[in-house]
Amino acid sequence: MNGVIAGISYRALLGRRRIWLLIMLPVVLIGLAVLLRVIGSGGENATITLMRTFAIGTMLPLLGLIAGTGVIAPEIDDGTIIHLLAKPISRPVIAQTKFLVAASILALFAAVPTFVAAYLLVGLESGVASGFAVGALVGGVAYAAVFMLLGVLTRHAVTIGIVYALVWEGVVGNFVPGARRFSIQQWAQSIADQLSSSPFFSTEITLGFAVPALLIVTVGAVVWAGQRLRSFSLTGDE
Amino acid sequence: MRIELAQVSRWYGNVVAVNDVTMTIGPGVTGLLGPNGAGKSTLLHMMAGFLAPSGGTVTLDGTKIWRNHEIYRSIGLVPEREAVYGFLTGWQYVLSSARLHHLPNPDDAARKALAMVEMEPAKDRRVETYSKGMRQRVKVAAALVHDPEVLLLDEPFNGMDPRQRLHLMDLISAMGAAGKTILFSSHILEEVERVAQHIEVLVAGRHAASGDFREIRRRMTDRPHVFRVRSSDDRRLASALIADASSGSVSLTETGLEVQAVDFRRFTWLLPRVARDAGVRVWQISPADEDLESVFSYLINRSS
Repeated sequence: MNGVIAGISYRALLGRRRIWLLIMLPVVLIGLAVLLRVIGSGGENATITLMRTFAIGTMLPLLGLIAGTGVIAPEIDDGTIIHLLAKPISRPVIAQTKFLVAASILALFAAVPTFVAAYLLVGLESGVASGFAVGALVGGVAYAAVFMLLGVLTRHAVTIGIVYALVWEGVVGNFVPGARRFSIQQWAQSIADQLSSSPFFSTEITLGFAVPALLIVTVGAVVWAGQRLRSFSLTGDE
Repeated sequence: MRIELAQVSRWYGNVVAVNDVTMTIGPGVTGLLGPNGAGKSTLLHMMAGFLAPSGGTVTLDGTKIWRNHEIYRSIGLVPEREAVYGFLTGWQYVLSSARLHHLPNPDDAARKALAMVEMEPAKDRRVETYSKGMRQRVKVAAALVHDPEVLLLDEPFNGMDPRQRLHLMDLISAMGAAGKTILFSSHILEEVERVAQHIEVLVAGRHAASGDFREIRRRMTDRPHVFRVRSSDDRRLASALIADASSGSVSLTETGLEVQAVDFRRFTWLLPRVARDAGVRVWQISPADEDLESVFSYLINRSS
């Protein structure tokens, strides 16, 4: 962790218009929760549907994509990353710092709003709010690592990330049961499920699979990104 | 400190960007001269640890540069791309550089570096409001902040106005005189000649020439020059010119004479006199190959 790098990364990510992208989705989530409550259909079942499809299924991967690629891909694109890389700082430390910045952004913009939205609907009933908040936190951390790695590996990180989140996790994961085992949002849901005692919610992936998978993916992505940065090459424009 | 390149090559697929280059960059100012596309940036990136050589070794005082972040304690790099965090002020940018180097007193170092490039008056403005030359100067300040032994600059004078250019030239000269190892790339001979004690010429990825600027200048002017001459009597002028040893060949064409001068100085001295003595009026003389490309291609042909 390097404070200077973290500071620059936060400013790059939260400065200007990009912050509105990060704020928009949580605002929609909380707005939907308020709406459900107002029209009086905010039962436990509806809450879980909202959390599964919107909070974990839509908001989390999109925010993960914005924050995960956003901490590093634009800097690689325009070459400003050289300012950080041409310093006597180990490249893995740079990758770890970028990851922590993205992960903290997701905690703030994804996990906290998830808790707030669920709390507005069902309070602390059946541990739904805390379960989904922890699920969003852990899933967000994994998304941050994976999408940051994508940002280091390829210039098409955003495209590939959208394809993964929408096509693989969204479509394939819904129809092909086997694919669900390799989906960050399914792991996040599995954790949310285990932490809540709600009868309306069950997932097929066990905690015994989801937790090691999340750990391996997160640590692996951060380590790989650090190694990739060690071989960062400037290919001449000429 | 010395950067040593031993039989360094770099290729991208089938394209060879740098071909078997061996050179040593020692203390003082070295200019890396070559036309656009000669592989200067590729070579400089390998010296700066931002590109792996495909063959050969690049070392700094014997330690390998590639995948070794410790070298940045001794190396300052000014890349060609204009990329600077636009949302930071000049002061924040240079200060961040000092802090990333873990300098004991980052504020002092940043202040000193900004003073060296005369950027104090604009230091509290955001970098995105800077002109190209000002960005170039904060980049230099950020690279100088830890007082590196080695400074690498990729086309540093691009986009600077003449006054800024002179100032940076003076700064580079002073650092070279103080015993630092400085290398900068340029495609402009006059620029290189002005600052560099030593010049390395790169053409089409190959190391074409090496020496001080007098040597390079002599090699560049003492090559055969081709002139086009139009006059009132081309045939008579041709016979008078070929009589002297300074002309290698003379050919009569539709549009006038084409003369290859082997001794540039003697030829330029001789031509008006020969014309006068022969009673021929010269209407036009134009060099046919004065562009830098042909100068370079001559050098590369000679070195191979």
